[in-house]
Amino acid sequence: MSHDSDPGRQDGGSWIGRSVPRVEDDRLLRGNGRYVDDIALPGAVEAAFLRSPHAHARIDSVDVKAALEAPGVIAVWTGADVADLPPMLNKEELRTPPGLAELLDPTVRMTPMPLLAADKVLYVGQPVALVVAENRYLAEDALELVDVRYTPLPVLVDPEDALSERAPLLHDDLPDNLAVAVETRVGDPDAAFASAHTVVGERFEAHRYVASPIETRAVQAQVDPYSGRLTVWSGTQTPHRLRDAVAHTLGLTAGTVHVVAADVGGGFGQKGILYVEELLVPHAARRLGRPVLWREDRNENLTASSHAREQIHSIELAADAEGRLIGVRDRILVNFGAYNMTGLVVPYNSLCHLLGPYRVPHVDIAVTGVLTNTTFATPYRGAGRPETVFAMERAMDRLAAELGIAPEELRARNLVGPEEMPYRTGLVDRSGSPQSYDSGDFPELLRRAVAKADVAGVRARQRAGAHDGRRIGIGFAMYIEATGLGPFETARIDVAPTGRVQVAIGAPSQGQGHRTSMAQIAAEAIGVPLGLIDVTGGDTDATPFGVGTIASRALVNAGNATHRAGRLVREKIIDAAARRLGVTADRLDLIDGVVAEEPGGVSIGLAELAGRAPLPGTPEPTDGRHGTELSETVHFRPPGFAVASGAHAAVVEVDEHTGQVKILHYVVVHDAGVIVNPMIAEGQVTGGIAQGIGGALYEEMVYGPDGQPRTGTYMDYLVPTSSEIPDLDMDELFTPSPMNDLGVKGLGEGGAIAPQAVLANAVEDALRPFGVVVRRGPLSPSRVRDLIRTAATRD
Amino acid sequence: MTPSVPVQTTVRTPPLAEPSGWHRITLTVNGEQITAEVESRLLLSDFLRDRLGLTGTHVGCEHGVCGACTVLLDDEPVRTCLALAVQCDGVSVRTVESLAPGDAPLTSVQRAFHECHGMQCGFCTPGFVMTATALTEQPERPGPEEVADALGGHLCRCTGYRNIRRAVCQALDERFGE
Repeated sequence: MSHDSDPGRQDGGSWIGRSVPRVEDDRLLRGNGRYVDDIALPGAVEAAFLRSPHAHARIDSVDVKAALEAPGVIAVWTGADVADLPPMLNKEELRTPPGLAELLDPTVRMTPMPLLAADKVLYVGQPVALVVAENRYLAEDALELVDVRYTPLPVLVDPEDALSERAPLLHDDLPDNLAVAVETRVGDPDAAFASAHTVVGERFEAHRYVASPIETRAVQAQVDPYSGRLTVWSGTQTPHRLRDAVAHTLGLTAGTVHVVAADVGGGFGQKGILYVEELLVPHAARRLGRPVLWREDRNENLTASSHAREQIHSIELAADAEGRLIGVRDRILVNFGAYNMTGLVVPYNSLCHLLGPYRVPHVDIAVTGVLTNTTFATPYRGAGRPETVFAMERAMDRLAAELGIAPEELRARNLVGPEEMPYRTGLVDRSGSPQSYDSGDFPELLRRAVAKADVAGVRARQRAGAHDGRRIGIGFAMYIEATGLGPFETARIDVAPTGRVQVAIGAPSQGQGHRTSMAQIAAEAIGVPLGLIDVTGGDTDATPFGVGTIASRALVNAGNATHRAGRLVREKIIDAAARRLGVTADRLDLIDGVVAEEPGGVSIGLAELAGRAPLPGTPEPTDGRHGTELSETVHFRPPGFAVASGAHAAVVEVDEHTGQVKILHYVVVHDAGVIVNPMIAEGQVTGGIAQGIGGALYEEMVYGPDGQPRTGTYMDYLVPTSSEIPDLDMDELFTPSPMNDLGVKGLGEGGAIAPQAVLANAVEDALRPFGVVVRRGPLSPSRVRDLIRTAATRD
Repeated sequence: MTPSVPVQTTVRTPPLAEPSGWHRITLTVNGEQITAEVESRLLLSDFLRDRLGLTGTHVGCEHGVCGACTVLLDDEPVRTCLALAVQCDGVSVRTVESLAPGDAPLTSVQRAFHECHGMQCGFCTPGFVMTATALTEQPERPGPEEVADALGGHLCRCTGYRNIRRAVCQALDERFGE
């Protein structure tokens, strides 16, 4: 592997904070990536899934005879064939943290999903049969020969209808369609609202859209004929969860299942949960004794891989005459789709991120999650935060308009100050502890965003009037994000006899550049050149324990595990060198891979030291603290959340004739604590914002009243291209997190949290002369035209 | 737990379509002349990836929108998920593997994607790189609109495009001068 992108440190400074070019690029640029579908195993056969064409139907019969006789078909499984396997359950989400359970007593009804539907289908796209054939063409041909007889049942699409008495019931073992309910109160919200100078209330809808990674999901499985172990390659963000689930489903021990998430072509949360396909493909591989490969097509990804975002907020803000918030009340309705896969994750994220950077003494928030005949919804980049920030930041603009205060000024009056850190909101965080913002400077974020956005200039242009029907608007939005979700992440560091340092972390990379940033952390912690370090992630054999790359957690958890393991290995290296050199350890330092006694004393290189390290068990004087191998494994458990934050500002031009929204200027000021690799960090923020812009202006997963998805291809589900995403005007604050040694905060999701809110605020500002209120996205040309038309006819 | 019918054990290599649908094609792939028997419906993307093992060309949408599967056909960028292998008789194909084979230094386009951080997960990257390569091989520097058009044919979900635009610009600067 090439390491030609390994720059030396001319100034001898820290590896942390350096825009080191990524070591992973060379291989990927040469076409040497190994995504799941690239792994060619001898004798491999291919799988295809027959999926339900109905949103809700009883399965009367399934006849696979003709399919089995089709050319190249090897096997067909139906729901009846796998009825003895346990249904799929994302088990981690079953556990409500004790603190949360005790204080709020939430209702959480998880819904196990059958591996293949046997009695009933609950959404279009639900797997009904699995065909394995010599190749995918033949497997897909045979799908058409599987004869399934359905009796359509009444369809439920609208989440607001889900709890009505007339609503069709999705799950026979549940009394109604309620999936999750949780409510929290701080202070005396009723009194606060009663005494308020001004109350604004509005209904805001976050619309359904999807992660849509360019690599669709894929799974390949093989039983090793020598060891009998089952290896599963999956484009998953959580390989250890998958290993445990495969073992549980197939009745194996976790030690006989090996999961590898090698190259993964984007995840964004969609690949962070468990899917039935990931359990069925290994099942098929075991039954057939041949490797089985399945790769999803785009239509499957859009209709049958998890969706996200759909929420309705009925929000009210109570304020005094100066615009200071005295109370917030919100009723949040979350559409889970057909199965509750992830329990409290999204609803509770929405609840405990609603207040954002603002000081609110009295709070009343309730979230209800319901089940409908649509594809299940799970976390997608931001996981409940973009939705809640959309509601809160829209409401702040409505309040500003009501009070005649500039939106940025209203925000400034309500921000928690840096001197108040750590700040307790009065809510409980997702781990069940009192919610605490560890560090940050929200007023400074806003101040910089306002300065960059040139509010005065925009207002002057607005006063000058519309030009050719093109109206300018400006919007602001702020957010906080609890990052670095636990419970732990693992790093193992080994110094090979060659002196190369191997770092294995539990969390796989889906493009976040772990191989580079973790190498920087390890190089700094140990005192070796970056080019000596190899990083692997997402291989359950390399780290038997691990959680994954979700929830803005990899840098915080895997990064700090790497840091600690690196410091421990450094001590071991120095101890070993002291014994070899016959000097005391306190006289030695390890710099750039050489242990040396200063000044001008003895020294030994890492390769020489490691190459002659005693084997385990060899008698060797030690202090009993460390073994004799130059290895360490650390499980980092964060003591609580780190809190990242940001302020976005957008200036848009809205064409009142065509409804087109053009972004003229997009400002982002963010704070993710200490930055390990600024280039990678900027890339993460930029990518997140691009997905947010997509959601704000273009992307929507649309269902008909019959539960049929209407946006099942990229021809009608509109992912933005280069032309739609502007260059960003970016600035950063660095308030280190006191929650971990590195001072880092999670970064992956932040960019995606504010764009929907900031662009809606800017569009509403641009269309203020029409009296438009933006209540939902995406702000496509037709929807903007509808807004203008509706506002005009209202007068 | 058993499939509906006992597993069929006959080992065979069945066709993708009826035998009448077979064709012999001869084409050049990355400078090497290749003759192959292909079925009518075999996509060029599957031919390259599965038959020739050139997996650098990625398949993202299979309906011609995402651009991840772009290769150069007689020097023109083409989506291989919309092309049939049988259509490529007599054609010259260049995939991402042709740019810097083995340990050869990266091309200016590849280097630009690396230096500008114009890639994250790397899945869409080969498609972008091949389209950008075609832009740099034009006799004259393409105008901004032509570049924007070319990039508009590709989806990237990771980078937010800014660094991809920078990378393509850097490669064009290197080829044509700033």
